[in-house]
Formats: sequence, structure tokens, C-alpha cells
Amino acid sequence: MPAQKAHWQSRSRRRARAGLLGPGLLLMAVLSIAPLVLVIAYAFMTRGRFGGVVPGFSLDSWARVLEPIYLGVLWNSIVVATITTLLALAIGFPVAFVISRLPPQWRMVALVAVVLPFWTNFLIRTYAWVVLLNDVGPMNKGLAELGVISEPLGLLYSEPAVIIGLLYSYLPLMILPIYASLSSSEREIAEAASDLGARPWRVFRDVYIPLSVPGIILGGIFVFVPSIGNFVIPDLMGGGKSVLLGNVIRDQYLTARDWPFGSVLILVMLAILVALFAAQAVASRRLTGKLTR
Amino acid sequence: MRPTPLVFKVITVAAFIFLYLPIITLIVMSFNGGRNPYVMEGVSLQWYRELVTDGELIAALEQTLIVATVSSLIAVVVGTALAVGLARTTRSRSLEIVSVVPAVIPDVVQGIGLAAMFTLLAVPLGLTTVIAGHTVFATAFVVSAVRARLATSDPSLEEASRDLGAGTFTTYLRITTPIMAPAIVAGGLLAFTLSLDEYVIASFTSGSTSATLPILVYSRVRFNLTPEINALGTLLIVVSLVALVIGARWIGRRGKVSA
Repeated sequence: MPAQKAHWQSRSRRRARAGLLGPGLLLMAVLSIAPLVLVIAYAFMTRGRFGGVVPGFSLDSWARVLEPIYLGVLWNSIVVATITTLLALAIGFPVAFVISRLPPQWRMVALVAVVLPFWTNFLIRTYAWVVLLNDVGPMNKGLAELGVISEPLGLLYSEPAVIIGLLYSYLPLMILPIYASLSSSEREIAEAASDLGARPWRVFRDVYIPLSVPGIILGGIFVFVPSIGNFVIPDLMGGGKSVLLGNVIRDQYLTARDWPFGSVLILVMLAILVALFAAQAVASRRLTGKLTR
Repeated sequence: MRPTPLVFKVITVAAFIFLYLPIITLIVMSFNGGRNPYVMEGVSLQWYRELVTDGELIAALEQTLIVATVSSLIAVVVGTALAVGLARTTRSRSLEIVSVVPAVIPDVVQGIGLAAMFTLLAVPLGLTTVIAGHTVFATAFVVSAVRARLATSDPSLEEASRDLGAGTFTTYLRITTPIMAPAIVAGGLLAFTLSLDEYVIASFTSGSTSATLPILVYSRVRFNLTPEINALGTLLIVVSLVALVIGARWIGRRGKVSA
């Protein structure tokens, strides 16, 4: 009886689907979506006396975002994350370009060499810079012995130090996507263009740049997003002088105990991220349209 | 092909120096004979000796290994099943997005969200809550790795198995799982390494008795700096290198077999 067989099959498949999807979706619902919903809800409540929240709708915390001190932090975070992203691009693009033109057997070695520092402990990596940049540390000593400087640079515990730390941590995330887009099959277009007599600069401007734009945008997001929410690097390398959005959010929850305001700041950060992802989606759709045309 | 511009080559060399200078500094400074973590005073192994007798540090290492092992094992099982389910039993985009949210959401948001929820439900913070926090992002990474592999594999192999009379679960076990194996291992290794390294979520979800290694390193770097941290850093670099080499070789071999 075919009808009965189909019925049995669909029932067994339904059970298989529940068995496969159920545990994972439950995990995501309880430990990812529920906490997110909770944080969003807290942004519309009043702070409790000893942390926590008082239930009931309120927009009090939203007005505080506009206070000059927090607008300043927000602006500073965007500036620091933007500078980091641009520096990563200025370094990452040439590196990706050079790697994509290496002989195949060396390409893999170079890529592993790029990712390797990324596989070492994040805190240790940041701390290595604290050692390196310290006023009595190896870099200042070396430069002084070479006669380049007469006084320590005083780089550590400053905003440039924070940018160096962020750049160091996230540079591979810029190099890899640009490399991926440059080494796609369309690179043959570039060779065709130069075979047909196009000048190197024109090949670069009209072929390589458009080819790598999807990678640049993706790399930009990969660098910008963790930079803006970071509080560990400003803590360790900024010495409290450079305060970013991530620091303020952490402090609202842990020390100031103003959870609703912390949640408002989280929503501001998430809004920036969603806007970035939306812009990326639009840009990449336009680009693929252009390339196939 | 046109030659690569010289500026690009110079920048590339400079970039590699930038990437490796701190690591080399750290390794050299770990053999420091003196007490100052920034100034080299003779050569010795004293900080490595200190390291192996540091009880607090060994306890933290144990906690970290427990968290990384448990969370990545759960993630491999649950994440693989979820990836198969998403790829083969549903077309829902929103379920797909839900499954990778923890991989894209900033860690500070994930950590605070969990801390707020555990506080609300009066769940005491400890090793279990850290494991819960790590399991979420670990699962998301396993899901993305396995999904990517399934997207490029041929579903007709599974159809053939079912047509020949194998049941749904037999097919998953005998056909789908071997196809996914390299991605499962890659996702699991990635989850394990990320967990070993994870500070932000752990700092929000750990209690006072469940400090993981990153939490301890952080407090030492901020408040009680000795060259011992240099030695620890060097050891962790060596461990990551070994894990990377083993992982790459294993995946390389599997990749060849299935190709």
C-alpha cells in the first residue's frame, strides 16, 4: 500500500527532523536568543538600587546617550575603529596582493604565516605588545641604542597603543577575505587586460580594485566589528586613557550597576553593526551586478 | 603577468615583521634571569620552573581544559545534527540565521546577556555557566563549518542510500557523517581553540571559584606582572602550533581520502 508507506516515511522523516533540529535550536533559543531579548528588554526599564532592573516601561536611559560624555565615547570608538580598519586595509591589501601572486606552493605557507599569530592566545598577544612598547622595554632600548631616539617614545598607555593592539589582533581578518577575492577565477580578467595592452595602473584601477571590493568590505566588517566592542585592549594598552564603547558597556554592568543604560549602549552598538551588515549586503549586490554586466 | 609594485613588497615584509616581533620578544623574554618582565637580565629557566609549581595557575588550566573539552564535545554533537537538519530537512532562512547568531554577535553582548539571564533565574555562576556560554558560540562555529561542507557535497549519495532501503538514521550515520567528517573535526578544533582563548564571555559568566586561564592571565597582567607570564605565553604558543600542525595534517589526509 503506497499511501501507507508514504505516510510512514513522512512520519519517520518528521521525527528525524525533530531529532536533528530540536537540541540545537533549543540550545540557541535558551542561551543565545533569550539573553539577547532580555538585554533588549532591560533597555526599556529603570535601574534597580543594587543593580538589576525595576520592571515597568521607561525611556529614561535613552536620554542619557545624548549626554556629551557618552556621545564623546561613541565618537571616539567610531574614530578608533575606523582608523584601525583603514590601517588594516592599507597593510592588508598589499599583503593579500603579494600573496595571491606567489607560486602556489608558497601561497599556502604565506597564508599559514599570516594566521599563525592569530592562533596564539589573544591576551598573551596583547600582553606581548605591553612588553614590547614599555618605556624600559626592548623597542625603546633598541631604538635608543641605535641613536634613533633620545627619550622613550611613551607609546604605551595611549590611544595609538590601543590602535596598534587592535590592528595586531584583527589584521589577518582583513588579509584573508581580500586574498580570497583576489585569487578567484576572475583574476584571469586582469591578465587578459594587460595582454591586450592596458597600462598597469588601469589594470589595477579597473580590474583588481573592483575584484577585491567584496573582500575589502567583508574584511572591513571583520576588523571594525570586534574593534568597536573591545574592552580588553583599551584596558591593557590604553591604561584607562582611551575609553571605548566596550569599556563603558562593561562598566555599566559590572561597576556602575546601571543595567538599563548598559543595555541602551548595547543596542546602539548593535544598531551600528546592523547598519554595517545592511550596507555590505547592498554593496555586494550592486557589485556582482556590475561584474556580470 | 605584470610585476608586483615594489611598495607592496616592502609593506608585506614590514607586515610580517609587525606580526612576529611581539611573539619573538615574548619568547626571548621568557628566558629572563631577572624579575623585571620588560628588561632582560641574564638567561635562565627560572620562570618555567615557577610556572610548573604555580598551583593557582595549574588549577586555572584544569578549569580551562574542562570547559573547552565539554563545550566543544557538546558543540560537535548538537552542531552537526543542527547543520544536517538545516541542510536536508528545512528551507527556513530564519532558522539558519538563528543558528549562527552567536558567531557574529559581539562577545560582550553575549556575555552580558547570559550574566543577566543567570542572575534573573538565580542560577549560581560557576564552571557550568562558563561551559554553557562557550557551548553556544562553539555550536555556531561547528554549524557553519559543517553547513559549508554539506553545501558542496552531492545529496544524491544520500538519496541512493535511501532508495536502496537504508533508513533515515542509517543513511545519516553511514553516508552523511563520513562526508562531513573533515568539517566536523575542523569545527570542533576551532571551537576547542576558541574556548581555550576566550576571556570576555568567561569573565561575565564565571563565579569567584571558577577562574579559567584567560581570566587568571588577565588579572596577572593587570595587577601582578612577572616574567612567568612570558613563559606561560611561550608555552601556549608552542601548544597552539602543535595543535595547528596536527589538525592541518589530519584534515589534509582526510581531504585526500574523500576526494
